[in-house]
Amino acid sequence: MTLVIKNGDVIDPASKTSMPLDILIEGEHIARIGKDLSGDELFDASGCVVCPGLVDIHVHFREPGFESKETIASGSRAAARGGFTSVVTMPNTQPPIDNGGMVEFVNRRARETACIKIWPAAAATKGRAGAEMTEMAELKAVGAVAVTDDGDDIASSRVLRRCLEYADMCGLTYLGHCEDASLVEGGAMNAGLNSTKLGLSGMPKAMEEIAVDRLMRLAEMTKSKVHVCHVSSAGSVEIVRRAKARGIRVTCETAPHYWTLTDDAVTTFNTNAKMNPPLREEEDVAAIKTGIKDGTIDCIATDHAPHTPTEKDVEFDYAPFGIVGLETSLGLVITELVEPGILTLERAVEMMTSAPARILELPAGKLEEGKPADIAIFDPKAEYTVDPAAFLSRSRNTPFAGRRLRGLVKATLCDGRFVYRAP
Amino acid sequence: MTTATENEQRVWTRKDLIGLEDLSRDELEMILDTAPQFLAVSQRESGIKKVPVLQGRLVVNWFYEPSTRTRTSFELAAKRLSADTLTMNADVSSSKKGETLHDTLYNIEAMHTDIVVIRHSAAGAPRILAERHSSHIINAGDGAHEHPTQGLLDAFTIRQHVRRTRDDPQAGLDGLRVAIIGDIAHSRVARSNVWGLTKLGASVVLCGPRTLLPGAFSKLGADVTSDLCEAIEGADVIYLLRIQLERQGKCLFPSIREYIRLFRIDNESLKAAKKDVLIMHPGPINRDVELSTEVADGPRNVILEQVTNGVAVRMAVMHLLVNKPRVAV
Repeated sequence: MTLVIKNGDVIDPASKTSMPLDILIEGEHIARIGKDLSGDELFDASGCVVCPGLVDIHVHFREPGFESKETIASGSRAAARGGFTSVVTMPNTQPPIDNGGMVEFVNRRARETACIKIWPAAAATKGRAGAEMTEMAELKAVGAVAVTDDGDDIASSRVLRRCLEYADMCGLTYLGHCEDASLVEGGAMNAGLNSTKLGLSGMPKAMEEIAVDRLMRLAEMTKSKVHVCHVSSAGSVEIVRRAKARGIRVTCETAPHYWTLTDDAVTTFNTNAKMNPPLREEEDVAAIKTGIKDGTIDCIATDHAPHTPTEKDVEFDYAPFGIVGLETSLGLVITELVEPGILTLERAVEMMTSAPARILELPAGKLEEGKPADIAIFDPKAEYTVDPAAFLSRSRNTPFAGRRLRGLVKATLCDGRFVYRAP
Repeated sequence: MTTATENEQRVWTRKDLIGLEDLSRDELEMILDTAPQFLAVSQRESGIKKVPVLQGRLVVNWFYEPSTRTRTSFELAAKRLSADTLTMNADVSSSKKGETLHDTLYNIEAMHTDIVVIRHSAAGAPRILAERHSSHIINAGDGAHEHPTQGLLDAFTIRQHVRRTRDDPQAGLDGLRVAIIGDIAHSRVARSNVWGLTKLGASVVLCGPRTLLPGAFSKLGADVTSDLCEAIEGADVIYLLRIQLERQGKCLFPSIREYIRLFRIDNESLKAAKKDVLIMHPGPINRDVELSTEVADGPRNVILEQVTNGVAVRMAVMHLLVNKPRVAV
């Protein structure tokens, strides 16, 4: 049984391919990429981009512990609907993924229930408590692809330094959630004019930038490889840009809300615009776009952070941080980065496939004969309205409800099987 | 300056009162112009201090934060309008575990409420309620966001004083200078007053330690300084905020002693002010902290008039929200 995807524009950034080609799939693998191919079954991809399955190296699937928000099963279906075939799950579950057994649990649940590939990140410190480092060699051996205490930073510079050294020895990249939480008491949104008007406790950009700067200095000192998560401010972009120029082994990601929204989205006390780091200001949005364009920002991640409607339907101060992102990410990339000319379509695909895969050395994000057929097929011109009720995620917490976007996923294949087909 | 004809009327349209940021100058003046008739009700020497404006209506005072002054003022306002009143003192810590804010209000509304007066420690709580529920919501203070009826009663008190001293029943706040002194950062009263007073034509200078005075306030249309002399020089009104003693130990100012040294209003610091400057305070006052006893008991303060006017202004707000009367210009 073979399947051929015909008439699509194949974009494979890893091989610098961007041309009309057919893809022949045999079983789980890509058999051939070429012209005028035929097979038993046909998928007509006319007008569509055919690219490697998208890769998101920052998602929260909440299992174990918070299954009412999301599970590995539901999160993977949401990912597939967004065109993703590989995601890196964060370890801030309950209990946290801080030992080999927990990584194996995630791998088992992924095997049993996920329709796409789940690559677990493990905690950098035991219990994510920021005091003692985890058994990183064992974590690596059972399949963890990175270490991070994401959700919290490691407050102690001594502990962070040792984690960087040890993780690097184990061949694991440290993912930095950069936040100097000691800078404020409370903190619900970006500190600025809007927080002053609203009377909400502000989180200054310096909270993030102090921590990014500290991470750069420790990465330089320890010669370790680090990745900065969810960069949101102009200052952070500049710090990473300078670090790269100095030769520090750093990469970074940003998320769609940081180039599409400012803290104006909070002025109605909309808890679906509450996340950490918080939405910033116009100058930051502009700097994020510049960083995306000039390559300072290496890849797009979603920081998909599901919370139930009940948890979010409360006073702003009491609402948890985070928004879902897997089912809107591609549309926000196409509509807000590609169409305005900030990124070419090829470069946009790269920032969602081979670039993130390369950061964590995942066997994903490219189209190769003889390799797994992980493929996304999307129509870059097709317009749609974001409808949270249609999400396959268990949660609905998006600030993009009702937004008109272009870039609609038509189908997603993982290991040669359709894991999503547009209705 | 145009002279209004008697036929000109304004109509109140809002369902709720959430903040003074939302209101136009016209709306602010409608409230201030509606208040005197209710002040007269409270001041009746003989006869019944009551009008049947909200007879048969239910006003719920729903307080998530301890309050004596504001709660009793609203309660009295509702009673003088002949409404039935219900007071609910809720505890934020237990509410966080149990029923959601919306669910609690659905339960209250099942008793057919007309007005819900809410005070809450979380900014935005009244606003999210107003958007979803049919009751008239009055914000009685939400976190550090707004305390609109306080701002209104303050503007009313200043206007009343100006009209009396100038013997001009049409006088307004235009051209007045108001200095607000204290913990600006955490103050919903300061925010509501900045919106209210500046819209009514006054200029506002905010003064306090840098740690309690975020620079962004200058973008709200107020001047900002940490120099008390500079703030009160030329001011027509000095408005003191209560300094929360529990803020000590949070590294916002070193001690009450040092706060007093820099920011207390007493006869000494008042030498920099106009002789007829008005002293105001939302209460409750900390004697000898933000103001000295001689000033607190002195002839320039209208602190108790603020309390009296508070009832009248809250009566006016309730009347406007529920009855949407036409108000003559």
